[in-house]
Parts: sequence; C-alpha cells; structure tokens
Amino acid sequence: MTALAVRAPVVWQRSTLLRHLIWAILGGVGFYLLSVWLSPFRDLQLAQISYTAIAAAGLTVLSGLSGQISLGHGALMAVGAYSTALLLEHQHWKLGVVLIVATAITAGVGVLVGAAAARLRGPYLAGATLALAVGLPSLANYHRLRETLGGENGLTVVSGPPPLSLGETFPVERWQAWICGLCLIITLFVLANLVRSRVGRDMRLVREDEDAAALSGVHVARVQVLTFTISAACAGLGGGLLAYVNSLAAPGAFPLSLSLSLLTAAVLGGLGSLAGAVYGSVIVTLLPTWSSDIAQSAHLSRNVYANLPLVVYGVVLIGVIVLFPGGLQAGVLRVWRAVRVTIRGRLR
Amino acid sequence: MVAYTRLCVATAVTAAVALTASACSSGGSKGSSAPGVTSTTVTIGSTQPLTGPAAPGYSEIAPAAQAYFNFVNDSGGVNGRKITLKYLDDAYNPTQTLTLTKQLVLQDKVFAIVGALGTPTHTKVVDYLNQQRVPDLFVASGCSCWDQPKQHPYTFGWQPDYVVEGKILGDYITKNFAGKKVAYFYQDDDFGRDGMKGLDTYIDKSLVVSRQPYQPGNTDVAAQVSAIARAKPDVVVLETIPAYTALFKLTALKLGFNPTMVVSNVGSDPITVSGLLENFAKQAGASVKGDQLIEGLVTDAYLPSLGDTSNSWITTFKKVHDKYVPKLPFDGNVVYGMAYAYTFLQVLREAGKNPTRQKVIDALEKGGLTGPGLVPYRYSSSSHAGFTGVQVGTIKSGVFVPAGSPMTTDDGTGPITPYTNQQPAAPADGVPAG
Repeated sequence: MTALAVRAPVVWQRSTLLRHLIWAILGGVGFYLLSVWLSPFRDLQLAQISYTAIAAAGLTVLSGLSGQISLGHGALMAVGAYSTALLLEHQHWKLGVVLIVATAITAGVGVLVGAAAARLRGPYLAGATLALAVGLPSLANYHRLRETLGGENGLTVVSGPPPLSLGETFPVERWQAWICGLCLIITLFVLANLVRSRVGRDMRLVREDEDAAALSGVHVARVQVLTFTISAACAGLGGGLLAYVNSLAAPGAFPLSLSLSLLTAAVLGGLGSLAGAVYGSVIVTLLPTWSSDIAQSAHLSRNVYANLPLVVYGVVLIGVIVLFPGGLQAGVLRVWRAVRVTIRGRLR
Repeated sequence: MVAYTRLCVATAVTAAVALTASACSSGGSKGSSAPGVTSTTVTIGSTQPLTGPAAPGYSEIAPAAQAYFNFVNDSGGVNGRKITLKYLDDAYNPTQTLTLTKQLVLQDKVFAIVGALGTPTHTKVVDYLNQQRVPDLFVASGCSCWDQPKQHPYTFGWQPDYVVEGKILGDYITKNFAGKKVAYFYQDDDFGRDGMKGLDTYIDKSLVVSRQPYQPGNTDVAAQVSAIARAKPDVVVLETIPAYTALFKLTALKLGFNPTMVVSNVGSDPITVSGLLENFAKQAGASVKGDQLIEGLVTDAYLPSLGDTSNSWITTFKKVHDKYVPKLPFDGNVVYGMAYAYTFLQVLREAGKNPTRQKVIDALEKGGLTGPGLVPYRYSSSSHAGFTGVQVGTIKSGVFVPAGSPMTTDDGTGPITPYTNQQPAAPADGVPAG
C-alpha cells in the first residue's frame, strides 16, 4: 500500500499524456452517470452545454493563450453547422465522418481568416471578426446560394434515432448528450495536451511579447495562424453538433449575440483556462432559462419579464468581474488552495 | 498539471450542481386523461418573439391571448377547467425555439402548443411535435407548409396562407385596375414568394413591369423603390411586414412617386403602419401624418375591422383588452391573439368533458367551426389549413373599410368564390357555447 502510494505520483507526474487520459476517462464516466440520472430535457441542456463548451474552449485558447481576440466565432460555428447539414443531406455519411469533415472545412476557413487576423491587432482584429459574425450568416440569403442554403428559413437536419440496442424508449436527447459529451472530452483532451506542448509554449510567448518571441526564433505569424485554425476547428465541431442537436442550420441561429456569449463564457470562466470555458458555458446556457423561469413564476409585467434574462446576465457578468477578475476558475483555484492549506495544517 | 486535473472535476461538479438545481423545479401532471390536463386546469404552451427583431407588434399577441384565457377563466373556464398559457421568448432564434419547445413538452408537460410564432422558427420543431404527438395548433404564420395532414397530422395552421391571400388580391387588382401596369415589392423569403405565386395566378404577367425584393434587416430600400418608380406602374403590390410598408411609402414620397398601394394583411395594420411612418420620418427630421399617407391603401382582412365598433367580436375583445391588458395598444395584433385564443377554447369545448390530445385533433378535423373570422376555416381530415380566404377593402381615416363580400379559395388552382354566410355574433359572455 505504502509502496503504491509512493510510486503512483511518480508515474502520474512523468507522463502528461497518461495523466490527461486518466482524467478524460474519469470525466467520461462522470458525464455518463450524470446523463443517465438527468431527465431528457436536462440531457438536451447537457448536450447544449457541451457544444458551447467546445467552441468556448477553442476561443479561450485563442484569446487566453495567443492573445488574439475573436468576435466572429459564431460565424465559424455557422460554417460547421451548414457543412454538417449539407453533408448529412447530400452525402448520407455517418455522423462521425460528417463531424470530422465539417471540422476540417471550418479549420480551412479558419486558415483564411487567421491569415488575415495575423496582420491585425487589437480593435482592428475585433472589428474584422465582428464583421465576419454579422456578415457570414446572411450569405444564406444571397440569391445564388439560396437554393443550396435555404435562405432565411435555413436547413432542417434529419438525424437518425439512437441505436435500437439501447432500447425502444431510450430518449434521443440522452443519445445526443453522449455524442456531444464524447466530442467535448476528446476536444478538451487534445487542447489540454496541446497547451502543455511546445506549441502551447510558443503561443504564450507570442501573447506576452511578439518581438521577444520573434527574437527567440518563434515564427509569430505562423503561431497565430495555427492557433486561429485550431480555434476555428473547435468552433466548427461545436457548430456541427449544434446543427445535429437542434436539427437545424439557419441564419437566425447564429446572431451576433452567439459570438458574444461564447466570448462571455470564456471570460466568465477565466481566459485561457479550459475548465473556465466549461463553467462559462454552463452559465451562459442555463442562466437565460433560469431567469426566465423566475420571471414567469413571479408574474412580472411583460416588459420586465422579457428583459429580465438580459439584466440577470449583465449582473452576473459584473459580479464575476468584480469578485474574480481572473474569472471563475481563478476564484475556484483560490478557494481550493485555501482548503488544501487548511487540510494539510490539520493533518500535521 | 494542476489545470487539467481540476478540469474534469470542475466539469462534472459544475454541470451536476447546475443541473440538479434546475431539476428540482420540474413537475408534471398526475392522475389525468392527458398530459397538461388536470380536473381543474389545462396547461398549454407557446414560443413567441418577446425580444429581438420580430418583437415590435408581435410581442403583444401572446399577452392578448393570455388575457382572453384569463377572462374566460374568471367566468369558470371551459368544462370547469381553467386555461394556463405558458409562453416563452425565443427571440425569433430557431435554436431557442427548439430548446423552449422541448422544455414545454418534456418539462412543463403541456397539453398542446398553441399559436407558436414564425416560419423560420416553427418549421424546425414541427417534426419533433408530431413525433411526440403533441397537438400543434394555430401556428402564427401564413406559410402553406402547415397544411400537410399526412406528414404532420398534429399541426394546424390558422391565418390564411400567403398564396390564398395573393390569389384574392390578384383577382381584385385584375378586376378593379384592369389593364393597369403593376409592380411587386416583396420580402425575399417564403412569405414574399408565396404571395407572388398567388398574385401571378390572376395578374397577367405582361402587365407586371417590375419585381423588387428586399432583405429584412436592411433598411435602405432606395434602390428597389427607384427601380419600381422608373418602371412607372399604376399599382404597387407590397408583400411586406409593417416596417417595410412604411419604408416603401416614405422612399416613394421622396421620389414624388405616388402609385396605388395594395398591401398584404401582414404589413397593413393601420395603427402599426402609421405609427412607423411618423417614427421613421421623425428620425429623418421630417414630420408626416401617418393616417394621411395610408389613406386609400388597398389591403385585406380575415378578422373584423377595429373600426367596426358595432361588431360584437370587436366589442368583446375591447372589453377584455380594457380589463386585462389596458397597457397594450388595441390593434390588429391584440385582436389576432384573442381570436385564436377563442378558437382554442372552442376546440377544447368540442373535445368534451375529458379532453385528450386525439379528441382535440378529431374536433378540429370534424370541421364546422365558426367564430370571429369573416371566412370559414378549411379544417377537415384532408386539410389542416386555417381561414380559407380574405375580404379586400381600403383604409379610410385610419381604419380598414371592407368592400364587397369576403372571398374564399384554396392554395392550388381552385376558383375564387364569394362567401355570403353571416358572421355569427360573439357569445354574450365571450365563452364559446357548447
């Protein structure tokens, strides 16, 4: 027993990959138990949290690690969603293949946007990506593309029921949650390894000081384009899952507020922290539902009722920024350290 | 290391805590014949644009419907049951529509979805509602797509579809403006295109001198309006929402272009349009009289006119409005909401003492419902379309004045026939009689 206890941390610490793998498996088991325990509607929300977290995780790597800002990730999600919808409709591939191809297509778009983004800084970059968020979804209304993209009405995604081996009454929402959860865990696993690799170090170097990075032999533009591409790929996967879960791809599903809420999720959780992206996604997905439930049950007047979710949203954002300037993850870490110090003190 | 170690724990813990907290609020109906029905209540749901681009005007519809339900509840409800309408804000975003519809069906266990608003939003949940066998009644959109009884046995439209309306307007134009040049200004989506399809059935194509689309959201329509003005039409047909009816008129005014305007019902509510005209003009630093600008505008209606104060439906709706939602303007949207609320109550009564979802569908398919409409419904086992026609008229001193008799037709090649049956009077207490 003692021998194990002494040896375990050694193996543990030696291999980042192994450590992340163990956590991924534990995370998967936890996700599974949670999904089985929840009702179908909560499973739907779990699926939505998962795809939002995938996109937010990509964004937090971009903004938190390489220091680029993007207000256009909603548009990249639209690219993933439309790719998924079109591939499922015309190619009839398996969902897994469709999602991988949709991710690759969005990554391709990410290379183009990233190449432009690497030339821009600060507000100019924010402006350019903002234009992307506003402009790209309305391409669906462009008259030459309307036949293909379905115009304002968009596309309806038809996806099969869950496998029959799970039972005839198995809720489709749970099956969707599983698919999204699996994608989330894979994404977080890949990103967690990536940010601890040499590439991740280069990203941080570029964020801190571009000149110093260049002097140290880091190709600044290349790192920025690469980060943007990875981040776009995450948005694409998130968008593909959005299309699959909500069975739609339509311009109205990708308003500017989607891009902003992704950024909100990343900032609320703590920029650069993958765990933070998950917290943030939980908040931005569930908060509107909660506040509108409260508003509805409190029998408020129509104008208050309709706008209360926005007010609560704003208050939470202000609260978090004031209390935890580094995001929720920073707050959690602070509490965790305090708890650990207390426990250690007790043990001694 | 620290970051990733915490990551998975954090993921699981937050998700678990957050979702448990919300799981506590869920409830369901017990010991009753159908979901959402207890011995004293019937709970129905709806998705509405209370915020976002479609909110102006349309956000009044659900509160008006709720007001009518409250009015009937206060006099005892239907078969001893009170009606609760739970309407949620989807901000006209289809992703939200799907989530909220699933929330209403799975979480709130509503009996039916009634009056859900919008084509791009509601088309994404029709399959789901039909799979779950949830009655999807009186969709608030004129898309002809709701009328597919084989594919979607639980979905029913309500307002006349845009093709039907287009056909009747086209017929009116051909008869009253014979040989005149016509131009179309239309919203570039199903609404505008379906409307044009109907118009083209009756208007000679050689007389149509210009067809100009607009994208909702882009408020600069100068290019389209001047293209229409250059083609020198005598009549311009607008398949537009209220804001674009106003924008067209103001832009035409600047060009000194003053054709006869024929506007689809959707974009012609006199109170809304004249309000928008005055607002837009004020923003541009000018002052206009909205009422004067829409004087003589040709449009159509399928519900009694607000100006017809002797109509028993209008007096009933006004009474409910003044008592329950006095803060809303008494306009077309309010009448619309109350009228479909009345239709639902009628169907619920028809479904009997122990309503089930199937009984509601049967009651609608049996047909023969009459109510606030100027024309009959087309409901039968082979058609799930709502009002089967409209009455054309003109706007005079800010109110719609109907002309001739209401017309009915279908959305195919069927003929247009006048409907001469008298509209039934509203029940004295506003509650549908059994």
